[in-house]
Amino acid sequence: MTKMLEDQLVEAVRKIEAGGAEKYHQKLKENHKLFVRERLRLLFDDGAYKTEDGRFANFEAGNLPADGVVCAIGQVNGQTVCVMANDSTVKAGSWGARTVEKIIRIQETAQKLKVPMIYLVDSAGARITDQLEMFPNRRGAGRIFYNQVKMSGMVPQICVLFGPSAAGGAYIPAFCDIVIMVEGNASMYLGSPRMAEKVIGEKVSLEEMGGARMHCTVSGCGDVLVQTEEEAIQSARKYLSYFPSHYQNKPVKTSGKLPKEGRKISEIVPEHQNAPFDMYELIDALVDEGSFFEVKKLFASELITGLARIDGRVIGIIANQPKAKGGVLFVDSADKGAKFIQLCDAFNIPLLFLADVPGFMVGTKVERAGIIRHGAKMIAAVSEATVPKISVIVRKAYGAGLYAMAGPAFEPDCCIALPTAQIAVMGPEAAVNAVYSNKIQEITDPKERVRFVQEKQKEYKETIDIYKLASELIVDDIVSGDELRNVLIDRFAMYESKDMRFSERKHPVYPV
Amino acid sequence: MKHIEATMAGTVLNILVQEGDNVKAGDTVALLESMKMEIPIESNVDGVVSEIKAGSGDFVNEGDVLIVLD
Repeated sequence: MTKMLEDQLVEAVRKIEAGGAEKYHQKLKENHKLFVRERLRLLFDDGAYKTEDGRFANFEAGNLPADGVVCAIGQVNGQTVCVMANDSTVKAGSWGARTVEKIIRIQETAQKLKVPMIYLVDSAGARITDQLEMFPNRRGAGRIFYNQVKMSGMVPQICVLFGPSAAGGAYIPAFCDIVIMVEGNASMYLGSPRMAEKVIGEKVSLEEMGGARMHCTVSGCGDVLVQTEEEAIQSARKYLSYFPSHYQNKPVKTSGKLPKEGRKISEIVPEHQNAPFDMYELIDALVDEGSFFEVKKLFASELITGLARIDGRVIGIIANQPKAKGGVLFVDSADKGAKFIQLCDAFNIPLLFLADVPGFMVGTKVERAGIIRHGAKMIAAVSEATVPKISVIVRKAYGAGLYAMAGPAFEPDCCIALPTAQIAVMGPEAAVNAVYSNKIQEITDPKERVRFVQEKQKEYKETIDIYKLASELIVDDIVSGDELRNVLIDRFAMYESKDMRFSERKHPVYPV
Repeated sequence: MKHIEATMAGTVLNILVQEGDNVKAGDTVALLESMKMEIPIESNVDGVVSEIKAGSGDFVNEGDVLIVLD
């Protein structure tokens, strides 16, 4: 009697784990997509996930195995993680009532176990036929997003987008700390092109509306753009290696590696303040070789944000890129900076600011886009961060750019300058123009005008000479770029026991 | 037809190519000045220069076309 029951169970599990009909598996192959259980095998150490709940969800329906989602617990880099993974061979990965309940439960598990929550998304969205059971109720789809917000900053939340994340489903990536997207397959939008045509009359392609590349370059909703599913999963595994399992732990320090071979920092930074140089080259000279994991590489490239290791210690780097838009801060770069600073501060990752910033952009276009409040957002994030914060003035740091890059007033543990540093409310040209504009207008001889302006600029440069600023304790030290890596290794080691609270209140009224 | 646009508002310092030149993705084709910085404008596509739409000293807005490639 038991033999029959045993056989029945084996057969039921086999059918569930096979997912949807063969034609849908075929479709996956044609689109260079992997079956959900294959994605899980690639994600987990040794291809092993043994703990899966809700395999029998919607078993009664007969043709909706696991109700289209696999929720499992496994190990990544030796660390336990919880995973939700849509099965797009089952009704296009759409959400029924039990799909939603399974997702909510695995989130609750991640909270109880205090482990990272990973969302492998590939879903057409809600099953409209089932909407009353899964959309509006207290444990309906909205609850998934409420939980994500509740868990935000408690445990890392990672989204890997392999296919669509449509309509309400688009909020899963939106609430994650990071979104990795597979180009050509991943997409995200509140309204599909078909819906947009119907309700507002717009006619566009899927890529234009919500393609992975658009989101990683224009909207900033995507953080990492990859070409294959294998790359996406490897990227998620690498990202996780920089993070502790929850907010009360620190990231694991590994053994260090020397930086990539290359030019010395004193050779990379031009003395002439207006010439571009490649900040990536400077970062390469500082960090352990191969350890730089960039976030939002293709978005707001005038600001570089990424995780790295220095002598094995995880840090978060925020650096201006003079090669892109002169390293000037814009609306998007301010948002990018604010988010990254918060991410690192949430999970005890020390921050390194590398400043070469002419300031925030000026002009009607950015003013109308609200650059003031977006910039304030980044400055608020800098203020609130209580992890060890080191501000390095590489070259120029003018105006609010100094503030956004953790200048002295923002409680960096130190603000140190390279010999090329120039800190001022504005650069010499702009300052002389402002202070002496009447005098300059009065000079009729063009040659004399030029001589006067140059003399005033020279005087101004002398007043902002970095040794003067160090003499007044505005910066805590001046170091050679060639010494910088060692200085940072020592300082981050000394700052390890830092323990401070920023302020006592319910929560800030944040500029947004 | 592809456009190379100004990445930010500023003044054209120099257009570094002329009509008929071959351009590769990554080549610096123009220099702007903005916020007292020298801003290199790179092409993100390959092509042949068919039209120059801005010259030294011109004020350009973000998105203004500087060079047209075939």
